[in-house]
Amino acid sequence: MSDFATLSDAFGSREFWQVVGLSLSVSLSASLAAAVLGLPLGAALAIWRFPGREAIVVAANALLGLPPVVVGLALYLLLSHSGPLGGLDLLFTPAAMAIAQGLLALPIVTALGHRAAEDNWAAYGDALMDLGASKWRAVPTVIAIARAPMLTAALAGFGRTVSEVGAIIIVGGNIAGYTRTMTTTIVLQTAMGNLPLALGLGLVLIGLTTMICAGAFILTGRPRS
Amino acid sequence: MRKLWFGLAALLALPSLACAADTPANQTANPPGNPSGKTTITLASTTSVDNSGLLAAILPKFTETTGVAVHVLAPGTGQALDTARRGDADIVLVHDPEAEQKFLDDGNGVNRQQIAWNDFILVGPKDDPAHVAGGHDAKAALTAIAGARAPFVSRGDKSGTNALELRLWKAAGIDPKTGGDAWYRDIGGGMGAALNAAAAMRAYTLSDRGTWLSFNNKEPLKIVIEGDAALLNRYDVIELSPKTHPDAKLAPAHWLAVWLTTPPGQQAIGAYRLGGEELFHPSAANPK
Repeated sequence: MSDFATLSDAFGSREFWQVVGLSLSVSLSASLAAAVLGLPLGAALAIWRFPGREAIVVAANALLGLPPVVVGLALYLLLSHSGPLGGLDLLFTPAAMAIAQGLLALPIVTALGHRAAEDNWAAYGDALMDLGASKWRAVPTVIAIARAPMLTAALAGFGRTVSEVGAIIIVGGNIAGYTRTMTTTIVLQTAMGNLPLALGLGLVLIGLTTMICAGAFILTGRPRS
Repeated sequence: MRKLWFGLAALLALPSLACAADTPANQTANPPGNPSGKTTITLASTTSVDNSGLLAAILPKFTETTGVAVHVLAPGTGQALDTARRGDADIVLVHDPEAEQKFLDDGNGVNRQQIAWNDFILVGPKDDPAHVAGGHDAKAALTAIAGARAPFVSRGDKSGTNALELRLWKAAGIDPKTGGDAWYRDIGGGMGAALNAAAAMRAYTLSDRGTWLSFNNKEPLKIVIEGDAALLNRYDVIELSPKTHPDAKLAPAHWLAVWLTTPPGQQAIGAYRLGGEELFHPSAANPK
């Protein structure tokens, strides 16, 4: 139940903006964490040669299709008070939702980051090594050189998280005022037969994500090509 | 420039692509916290008391009185009891006498008390292909619907409503899953999803009255059967057993049970109306 029945009510309601804020903070923190881990991991996988490297690359690509609902369920069982991590008291919290979404975004960011790094390492790797860079130094350099496709990788991760509902509705519980996000609100309003409001909220969500992605894209700029 | 617009368009499409993903280990974040400084308990409930707006209307009064905030999970009776069984809720509010009894017998719950009642109704398409409208006998209506092979939507989700529906079929001596011309459609969803599906398929379905009254997409549907004693819908609050759930927040959960069953809570329940109708009739003093 919400304290807004129409889209115009929603804009004037504190609850609505709280829902928007939670959606963005959960998804942005999840995708930021995925980018901070996944982009260097993707670059490292392009730079180093070690046993098992190929397996990690294949795994990251294979997991592009991992179903959110399965991630949600697995995390639910882990975080349940009768599960192994129940003592953390994370179930039905925004933190649990961010973890679920981070897990969903990580393979996307890693796989796309690896692809971007691979091309650039093939083109500039020898030159970098000749200049005396270490492989450790090469990781941030490759990310910087490939910053346009790297940004696309990070935004793909954000798109994955902000549009997701299957995992967070399980580990978050869609609790009003606490773990209710844009997507779970849309599910709820659809269930209550408020289809025009649900659709309106969907358009607001698309508008917000579009602005964020476009904004990041424009601010970062594109390299000459 | 052209390239830039192309790239922009591709990015804009990203959120909707959301193809899939996931995997290993990773981080977390610390988004907005709960109202800190307050005790918070988790109530696992049936969808109807939440989606109808009842809990949102009455719980703030409880919080005001006691300082205890209540997080509401509303997955339906079967899942609500499971959630509590796993230790992930502190108290339950549900409406399936048989499942409740099992929950008590298994040692999970104590002190079951009825807080309110209303009734179930059979809804169906306005053109009423099975010719059941206006009756008061749910069993006879289901028999007629099965005989006419008229589309029927089942929740199929182990909710209280689903459990009653299955008991009614059994009482009518019909196994709706046999026959196979797909007139019986198990959608595996909540009450709202079932009503949306019934509206779209012009099908019959069993609904609790609270969800029906608060549902806003009922256009092709109407109530066809009401007033059968078999359609009584009782809402019970059950506390968790300190033996099996010592870590639950038993004391504040007990305050909620007390509040719901005594005049302040009972009056709040009776005062909740939608379109002038009383959705839930308080009945702690005179359980049905």
